[in-house]
Amino acid sequence: MASATKTKGSLFGQRQVKILMDLFTYVVLSVVGIIFIMPFAWMVANSFKDIRGIYKYPPDFIPEVWHFENYTEAWTMTHFDAGFLNSAIVAAAVVLGQLFTASLAGYSFARLRYPGRDKIFLLYISLMMVPFTVLLIPLYVQMRYFNWISTLQAVIVPFLFTPWGTFMMRQFMVTIPRELEDAARIDGCGFFRTYWLIILPLTKPALATLAIFTFVNTWNSFQWPLIVLGKPKVKTLPLLLASFQNQSGMRTPWHLIMAAATFVVIPVLIAFVVGQKYYVRGIVTSGIKGGG
Amino acid sequence: MAAAIKARRDGGSLWATKLREFRRAFMGLRREESIAGYMFLLPNLVGFIVFMLFPIMFAFYIMLTDWSLAKPPEFIGLKNFDTMVNDRLFWKSLVNSFYYTFVAVPTGIFIAFWLALALNRKMRGIIFFRTVYFLPQITLTVAAATIWRWIYQPEIGMINHVLDWFGIDGPKWIHDTKWAMPSVIIMSNWQGIGFAMLILLAGLQGIPEEYYEAASIDGASGWQRMRYVTLPMLSPAIFFVVVTSLIGAFQAFDQFFVLTQGGPADATTPLTLYIFNNAFKFFKMGYGAALAAVLFVIILVITIIQWQLARRWVIGFDEDE
Repeated sequence: MASATKTKGSLFGQRQVKILMDLFTYVVLSVVGIIFIMPFAWMVANSFKDIRGIYKYPPDFIPEVWHFENYTEAWTMTHFDAGFLNSAIVAAAVVLGQLFTASLAGYSFARLRYPGRDKIFLLYISLMMVPFTVLLIPLYVQMRYFNWISTLQAVIVPFLFTPWGTFMMRQFMVTIPRELEDAARIDGCGFFRTYWLIILPLTKPALATLAIFTFVNTWNSFQWPLIVLGKPKVKTLPLLLASFQNQSGMRTPWHLIMAAATFVVIPVLIAFVVGQKYYVRGIVTSGIKGGG
Repeated sequence: MAAAIKARRDGGSLWATKLREFRRAFMGLRREESIAGYMFLLPNLVGFIVFMLFPIMFAFYIMLTDWSLAKPPEFIGLKNFDTMVNDRLFWKSLVNSFYYTFVAVPTGIFIAFWLALALNRKMRGIIFFRTVYFLPQITLTVAAATIWRWIYQPEIGMINHVLDWFGIDGPKWIHDTKWAMPSVIIMSNWQGIGFAMLILLAGLQGIPEEYYEAASIDGASGWQRMRYVTLPMLSPAIFFVVVTSLIGAFQAFDQFFVLTQGGPADATTPLTLYIFNNAFKFFKMGYGAALAAVLFVIILVITIIQWQLARRWVIGFDEDE
């Protein structure tokens, strides 16, 4: 980096230095990239081996024989069909719920005037600071009182509300020009119709960001489901993947575990590739604003 | 707020003003808007009160009790905190939490910083690398820890096999008390670096090109431009990454639970796992809640210290409203 502008008296011109630096950067980026991608590559490679291939030394990267049946075996052994359904229900419910509650409250905070509004907003922001670990025990006790242990409600209902999402919605909606809304109001739209017909369509980028964030977080969520979902038939995918590893006998069936891991990872990878733009924007805007 | 202060100065009662404000809000023109405002907030607010505010207050009570859930809670005052002082495992988990946090966060941010610098160069294919570095971040920690549990297997795992090429006899990683924590840290950084990298990259992209040009004209070397332009301009982004990473690291749980289960010999049991074991394995709700309170205070104190220190090194920190 240091030599990039020292052109005079140097052996190379500025252009050559730039090309050399680019080349160097590519090499470094590629090496780091390989380190980042290798664990995934091994996961997929191992998921096609048999147990002999797993314990072979030195190991092969490419399996000698491709055992596609590992996937069906892992799928039935772990009751993944139920797990997929549970995870999908939970993720869909939490995403839709958060979009609804956060955008409504965001609109209320951003646009409507009523006494106490700013104080409630301040309370929301301070709640964002409370670590979830503090909530684990009281919330668990509460779930017992509600008789929600080992039901999907326990992982859905408490998460339909998001201080972070509400904050993001409010920040986004404040930037929407007021004139659009006033026009609708003059035309006789009520507040709900204004929110539904004017504000929501304009908030699409922020809604997309919140949706993909919430989907990834909910799909990956582990600690809370581990505590409240005891019965096998309500378990979500991360729980099944974790318990699958512990029930193994003498030789850990790594090929099946890796096949199971591949299943679980694929939906988030797809969600990320599809919504990468919104995901990255969410991190970047919340990051810079939150840190400012 | 200003109205309230004015009312007090004028000798009027604060509550009378509040009441007037309320009455005005619900009569006449603004009535409809006030009602709509509360109605829109309602679903969210009810959720918060029931699932956040109430549990937080409930936690204050639970930590003062001895409660196994089988019997009604027994109020014991501060005895849980008294127990903690002589609890060897509590101190061990505390040390582990600090070890993990204060090694994983600085090394992670250091690497993320250099990656962000490399990605900030104007070259083709940068988006591709950015995506690759970010993939572990969105992978669920359970799956990532699963993969790494295999990587760390002493006999069949990838890492010792690779070390073997260079003639190095690798350690037993997650099965060795000395190496277990570094193993978790390496895995966590592999997974978490994408977040810090992305924020630092956005910070770098926000630095105006002219600053560098001006510095070059003044004869600043590459190192000097880094020291006097890049680092100060990036300080708000670095600050944000440091604060959120520290908070996150103290709450890390999944990787410990899957990768090492806290072992061997509690070498990788952080406070979060110790809270989990007490509450949901031994059903000591009171003691668990007391431990969680300690974790909360630690996070709070460290965050406050960060904000205090920020005045000295973060550009434009005091200008914030």
